[in-house]
Amino acid sequence: MIDLRIGVFVCCCGINIGAYVDVPAVVEYAKTLPGVVYAEENIYACSNDGLNKIKEAIKKHKLNRVVVASCTPRTHEPLFQAALEEAGVNKYLFEMANIRDQCSWVHMKEPKKATEKAKDLIRMAVAKTTLLEPGDEPEIEIKPSTLVIGGGVSGMRAALSLADQGFDVIIVEREPQLGGKMRNFDSLFPHQQKASEILESLLQKIQTNPRIRVMTGGKIKSVFGFLGNFTIDVETRTGTESLNVGTIIVAVGADILKPKGLYLYGEDKRVITQSELEEILRAGSVDANRIVMIQCVGSRSAERPYCSRICCNEAVKNAINLTQQDKEVYILYRDLQAYGITYSRLEQEAKRNGVRFLKYQQEKPPKVTAETDGLKINLYSPTVNEDVELKADLLVLSTPLIPVTDAKELSQMLKVPLDRNGFFMEAHVKLRPLDFATDGIYVCGTAHSPKDVGESVTQALGVASRAAIPMAKKRVRTAAIMSEVDQTRCSGCGTCIDVCAYNAIRKNEKGLAETIAAICKGCGVCGATCPEKAITMHHFTDEQIEAQGLAALMEE
Amino acid sequence: MIECFRHPNITIHTQSEISKFEGSVEDFDVKILKYPRSVDEKKCTGCGLCSDKCPVKNPSVFQAELETRKAIYIAFPQAVPQVATIDREICLWFTNSECRICEKICPMKAVDFEQKPKELKLNVSSVILATGFELYNPKEIGEYGYGRYKNVLTSLEFERLVCASGPTGGVLNRLSDGHIAKNIAFVQCVGSRTHTKGYPYCSASCCMYATKEAVLIREHEPSSHVSIFYIDLRTFGKGYQGFVDLAKSHWGVKYIRGRPGEIREDPLTKNLIIHYEDTEKGRVERLEAEVVVLCTAAIPHRDNKKLAQILGTRLDEFGFFDVIDPILNPVETNIKGIYVCGSCHGPRDIPESIAEAGAAAAKAAVDTIRLTVEVKS
Repeated sequence: MIDLRIGVFVCCCGINIGAYVDVPAVVEYAKTLPGVVYAEENIYACSNDGLNKIKEAIKKHKLNRVVVASCTPRTHEPLFQAALEEAGVNKYLFEMANIRDQCSWVHMKEPKKATEKAKDLIRMAVAKTTLLEPGDEPEIEIKPSTLVIGGGVSGMRAALSLADQGFDVIIVEREPQLGGKMRNFDSLFPHQQKASEILESLLQKIQTNPRIRVMTGGKIKSVFGFLGNFTIDVETRTGTESLNVGTIIVAVGADILKPKGLYLYGEDKRVITQSELEEILRAGSVDANRIVMIQCVGSRSAERPYCSRICCNEAVKNAINLTQQDKEVYILYRDLQAYGITYSRLEQEAKRNGVRFLKYQQEKPPKVTAETDGLKINLYSPTVNEDVELKADLLVLSTPLIPVTDAKELSQMLKVPLDRNGFFMEAHVKLRPLDFATDGIYVCGTAHSPKDVGESVTQALGVASRAAIPMAKKRVRTAAIMSEVDQTRCSGCGTCIDVCAYNAIRKNEKGLAETIAAICKGCGVCGATCPEKAITMHHFTDEQIEAQGLAALMEE
Repeated sequence: MIECFRHPNITIHTQSEISKFEGSVEDFDVKILKYPRSVDEKKCTGCGLCSDKCPVKNPSVFQAELETRKAIYIAFPQAVPQVATIDREICLWFTNSECRICEKICPMKAVDFEQKPKELKLNVSSVILATGFELYNPKEIGEYGYGRYKNVLTSLEFERLVCASGPTGGVLNRLSDGHIAKNIAFVQCVGSRTHTKGYPYCSASCCMYATKEAVLIREHEPSSHVSIFYIDLRTFGKGYQGFVDLAKSHWGVKYIRGRPGEIREDPLTKNLIIHYEDTEKGRVERLEAEVVVLCTAAIPHRDNKKLAQILGTRLDEFGFFDVIDPILNPVETNIKGIYVCGSCHGPRDIPESIAEAGAAAAKAAVDTIRLTVEVKS
């Protein structure tokens, strides 16, 4: 083993650390720790000047391990690691001690204790650093092709964008034809364009694009592999075909709830859903003079605790179309979701056209009675604090989008999660709304949650740019922080395979577990679960963590 | 921000604006006017010594003017780049030819009073507009007393007050007497959804951020009371309804349907009396609160007009950037090669803005690829 030559750099972070922690004292203390040959203070370790000082010190003092005591590795570790590499030291021979977020910031009122804690944190980091090993980052090649699951408007738009960017795309659609739910729509807001015309133009582009291959009537049977190299078996009428692609986009869309048992739906022909009304409007006019619509039928309830986002605006749009045919329209709603500029405009247009909006309360839903000359609807209006009775020729129920029936099956094959309502769940609600936690698999459109056509297309274009990133790079490096299975200790029980969230462990020909380095995210769950202690987590080995723990308990 | 800053393919020009714009998609000539920072970006380490010693104070825009900043300052703690800048409007050297303390104190010799505006010329294949929005100033809604009553705040001021790095370190000290407020009311649609003062549209994110703030208050101080006045509770985004359900059932946030008609201050306690009609009950009522937070409309940025003129892009009737085909090309403006994302083309929430950012990036990528690679056909 080579001589340990650890350098410790203690950052003041301007006044963030410097004003509360006695940095010079901490530097002096660091110099006394075993293995440490050099320690210094930086005003800002992350500034160009600070990074240069670290690089100079590495060369001058022949450092082969570095500890930076500063802020959080979440934002700054890559920066310091890059400095190490530039100075010729493997980036995994580096450790950070967070003496700002976890020390000076939370102990501003007790500077003495903060100083002691900073020393403790550095002692722990140095103890771990002593046992660090250099890491090699596996490189994976990315096939420049994408599988789009679902041939609705989202899937088609994503495919076209990727093809425009120079990638090959295969669309697998389970129905015999492309188009998805949009085939049932009449017109689309805000310009009342015919859905069929928009769809036609998309279909034409898809069919004439040489980079796009369409497989209709196809069902995904299995998914193997990882970012850059997925193998997917697809079953079609003509047999099973194996596809090989670099990335996968989930654009399976959603279904529309049929509200059986609610408001006489299925019992009285005069009760239909909003999407059934769309079909009637698409074919021609409605045979009714007075139409009542009820919102939130089967949504925003205990059973489905989510708002389906599009139903209010779809109802308002259809109501406007109906008033143009001189129909009388009432919309019974709970909270009108006319969000943003476009839908505010639509709501105002409806009100100008004479559409009547009546609020009802969730706990007192409208009552519908069938009579020979029409339907009778009774409700309590909180706005006027009175019971109201309406007569209608047609009752239209606005029902929510619900997850497709095979969402669960598909999510299990892809090893990606669903949310509590059964829609596909993204990696991060705000920062990564189109990615899954698993690299190389993405989501867009109503598979993610209910949304209108424009919003689905926005996500489709967004997902095309997400999927294009690794494909444009052609090959990517993954972190060397990964698990490794000791083949002599593994009993082949498979527990690690069950707990791995990333599909990163498989059984080899001997029936023993084996990590696929390119997929492993280094989360450590397998290592913690293995009953045989056969799994080593590189960069977080038992020995390293133990050393850190013991250092924490050690008296100064 | 730090990811953008560190990315090898991204160059950031701060304190800069477009001064001239010509050409067409795949070949735009852009002139950028970079205003002087009066500090050398390459030398400054962001240590903050200059700000410590600077004798001039001005309200901090970042802290919603609830706190002051110096004439030489770093906009906020995580600002990118982490470099000081001099506000020439108030700096003693620029206004009165005296002081120059910052220049003497700077260990890196980074202060440069002689810096002049610089003009940069770029040739790009496409442009993405991501200029964001502004918040409506509710002063003109006199009946809510903003500007007259110290304890009536805008939602942005409130955000700063409850922020750990804000002027009160995250403690909800109300502005009239520093007393920790435990009874807080939020008013929705202030300047939104109105045909009198303000804007007719819905601002899309206020119902949810008010809910978030309400939960935050209850988490911090379990003995506090929070009410939210609303017209329609707009829970249209993914997970929003579930969050509101939790705010009601677990956190005890009270939702009152009704737009307050008037807010009056009790001159003795400085508490606020809210007069409103509860439209769930059809009754006129009143509620006393220690702090009232006005959730104000998201409105177009005041510079949109100027920018639109330079670029030739169209604005809608309010002054947001417009798109031509909201269904199939939802991020494309009337000028080919100029794309929009985020709230510069209408109020929207973060997930939607991020998805749009991706969409705009995809469109821009196609423009670039057409230039560099011959696409097989």
